[in-house]
Amino acid sequence: MVTLQINGQAHTIDAPDDMPLLWALRDIVGLTGTKFGCGIAQCGACTVHVDGKAVRSCMLPVGAIGNRAITTIEAIGDTPNGAKIQKAWLDIEVVQCGYCQSGQIMSATALLNRTPNPDDSDIDAAMAGNICRCGTYVRIRQAIKNAAKSV
Amino acid sequence: MSMSSKSGTAGLSRRRFLQVGTAAGGGLMLGFQVGGAFAQAPAPKKYVLNPNAFIAIARDGKVTFQIPQEEMGQGVYTSLSQLLADELDVDLANVTPLPAPPSDALYASPRSRRQSTGGSTSIRGFYTALRQVGASGRAMMVQAAAQQWGVSAASLRTESGQVIDDARGGRKLSYGELAPRAAKLPAPQEVTLKADKDLKYIGKSVKRLDAPEKVNGKAQYGIDVRMDGLKVAAIAASPVVGGKVAHVDDSKLKSMPGLQLVQLDDLVAVVGPNFWAAKKGMDALDIKWNGGENAKINTDAIWRDLEKGSQQKGAVAKEEGDVEKSLKGDRFDAAYEMPFLAHAPMEPQNFTVHVKKDGSCELWGGTQVQTATVKAASDALGIAPEKVTFHNFMLGGGFGRRLATDMVTKSVRVAQKVDGPVKVIWTREEDIQQDMYRPAYRNAMSASLTKDGKIDGWTHRIAGGSVIAAITGGKPLKDGIDGDAVEGAVNNPYAIPNQRIEYVQTEPKALNLGWWRGVGPNNAVFAIESMMDDLAKKAGKDPVAFRLAHLGNEPRLKAILQIAAEKSGWSKPLAARMGRGVCAQNAFGSYIATVTEVDVTEMGKINVRRITSIVDAGRTVNPDTIAAQVQGGILFGMTAALYGDITLKDGRVQQRNFNDYRMMRINETPSIEVHVVSSTEDPGGIGEPGCSAGPPSLVNAVFAATGVRIHRLPIDRSLLASRKIA
Ligand code: FES
Ligand code: FES
Repeated sequence: MVTLQINGQAHTIDAPDDMPLLWALRDIVGLTGTKFGCGIAQCGACTVHVDGKAVRSCMLPVGAIGNRAITTIEAIGDTPNGAKIQKAWLDIEVVQCGYCQSGQIMSATALLNRTPNPDDSDIDAAMAGNICRCGTYVRIRQAIKNAAKSV
Repeated sequence: MSMSSKSGTAGLSRRRFLQVGTAAGGGLMLGFQVGGAFAQAPAPKKYVLNPNAFIAIARDGKVTFQIPQEEMGQGVYTSLSQLLADELDVDLANVTPLPAPPSDALYASPRSRRQSTGGSTSIRGFYTALRQVGASGRAMMVQAAAQQWGVSAASLRTESGQVIDDARGGRKLSYGELAPRAAKLPAPQEVTLKADKDLKYIGKSVKRLDAPEKVNGKAQYGIDVRMDGLKVAAIAASPVVGGKVAHVDDSKLKSMPGLQLVQLDDLVAVVGPNFWAAKKGMDALDIKWNGGENAKINTDAIWRDLEKGSQQKGAVAKEEGDVEKSLKGDRFDAAYEMPFLAHAPMEPQNFTVHVKKDGSCELWGGTQVQTATVKAASDALGIAPEKVTFHNFMLGGGFGRRLATDMVTKSVRVAQKVDGPVKVIWTREEDIQQDMYRPAYRNAMSASLTKDGKIDGWTHRIAGGSVIAAITGGKPLKDGIDGDAVEGAVNNPYAIPNQRIEYVQTEPKALNLGWWRGVGPNNAVFAIESMMDDLAKKAGKDPVAFRLAHLGNEPRLKAILQIAAEKSGWSKPLAARMGRGVCAQNAFGSYIATVTEVDVTEMGKINVRRITSIVDAGRTVNPDTIAAQVQGGILFGMTAALYGDITLKDGRVQQRNFNDYRMMRINETPSIEVHVVSSTEDPGGIGEPGCSAGPPSLVNAVFAATGVRIHRLPIDRSLLASRKIA
């Protein structure tokens, strides 16, 4: 049994310590917004926040998290930067298939949490771990800038 | 009931039969049949509506559109809804798009005659047809109101889901109120489509209907399926095509509780309560495979076959003028090659299947081919298609991968051994190593120039495997030609008096083939545009000017190429080891002209600096979606040109995951300016063609920067290292 703090709620789940958070979220807790893309921290589809920082949940064992606060795409809109990012995404129509976008939005929100006015190289550094097979990068960059400017 | 459109705007004249019916709760439904007898589709329970309809209007005014095409990011839920909503005259905000159930009889594209989302055909197939359905619905609402009020229909108008009688104080009836009466009317014999100036949604960049749920994690993809009692399986199919399981050592698995081994002749699965448990079980197995003859195949051997193939005479797909004579003089020969590629959509392959004790089967997942998915399951189980129920989900990318149904078949075969529903999920490694690959191609080309630098003779011979043959189980091709493989080559946009296009079917061993975003034009446009650059150099002409001089028969392409040159600053000088490359193409009914600017370091590293692309896709439905598809398509193609290469060693695919099957990332992505020109030509396709614009403009830019011509993709950086400009 492991207890996790997910989106402000404690969840006690029957999972071995080595189970990656990704699968605990998707298959046990039932939060499927966090996506599986590669399983080896190469694509960013599984990005969640742990204490406000972006982490790849496919490589993070549930036993290593302890009491730290986990935030997923389902609740990121309740945070000021998450809401700004989501709105910026919709305003300029970033999404295509959408499968990578949970991870993109989590990475982008973590970037704004840390760097309120990111420049191009900040964006490159924060977002290079998130692959988008549909090729929405140009709009992701623009949406992050728009979100940073919005109040 | 027959109908025809008075002012068809896309030259569609085929008569179509409109079906009227009563929706649940007494509303109106409208659909059309594509041909043949009107067939009843099996109606999955989740649809409260009778599925014989594109439009259903309930008494409460709620409008539902059943979208025949699959949403995989290309925005088709939105664009097809725009077509219907505009002509029906309802607010898009009040419309719910739902996936149409599987039925070729009801939902096949008027273009392809099957229910399939591929080949950039959704708008081309449905543009006029869905406008007619919408316009018919509107006409019936007006007719119903005229009856109810006892006035002439001609005196009424519609606005936002209401019929309005201006002559009598502007009284109104809503579509919801009118729906029961309208449902009893015959469909109109003729409808008039809106004039361009009256269009409210068509041609406008309206907001995507699927976007809000894709930014908050609510959108449901196949991999997200959850239900009581659901098990999850990890799968390993033979790493060599045609191989068999030789032995499975499951001694470690036996000590892991709650896991079930499924061992079939050519695949192994481990079923568990969740994916992690199943995957750990899979990792605990020691599986020996017997690869058979294919285990001897390496990619080198396939390339040797392709080279040999390209030296043989092929089946002639097109011949004009006197080719032999035209090539007698000063001839230029070149070969351009493209590798095998995996699709690697972000959502790995998966399907959820419940094979039930009563002999029926339920399926949950995302596919580009709804009816073929049902057939794959019914074939695998030996049951009638009517016994298969399919629940449709969003696709986390298609790109042609989900035009195949191998993932359905494999999942069904595993599910046959499992009690209750099971979700079979492929790891990324499985997804990349068990793909239906884009064929490798070798283009052998020859051309000659006249004294004033015009192309006189041209031969283009394409050697490669045939996807059509693969899909039809190896049937001989009609006249030896794979129409997809020569697409783009037979409609080469340049005016060339003497030309011959040939295809040599050269099947690769040990790899399954499939359609890949951009299909044949990816190869043909790469070859043609590389050759055009080489010929421009030989003629001593500027690459854009050389192309323009050959575009006399293609005014649309000529016009956008001029705009591309202007907007990209084509003639502005660049520093050393920087260059611009151009690509002009006509593919999938749309024209695109693209200029890419690069710099190449002394080490041979390519930095893409800027991309400018001008698009003439004819009449547009949603220009912003077109721009998005071209932006994404260019990156999809460029990713392949920079990195994409599937290779075989001992019959096994060597690439495994995104670490060795690389994707372009945001830090490698330049600004991409896309301009969509306005046009009154027939609408063109747009999901695919951006893809073929990327690689040629990139290699031509590299040529301009370094003087090195790239003959095979992906680009070998060692060819570019420390060379000086010629
Ligand atoms: S699934 Fe975690 S980074 Fe790809
Ligand atoms: S939107 Fe499809 S992978 Fe990013």
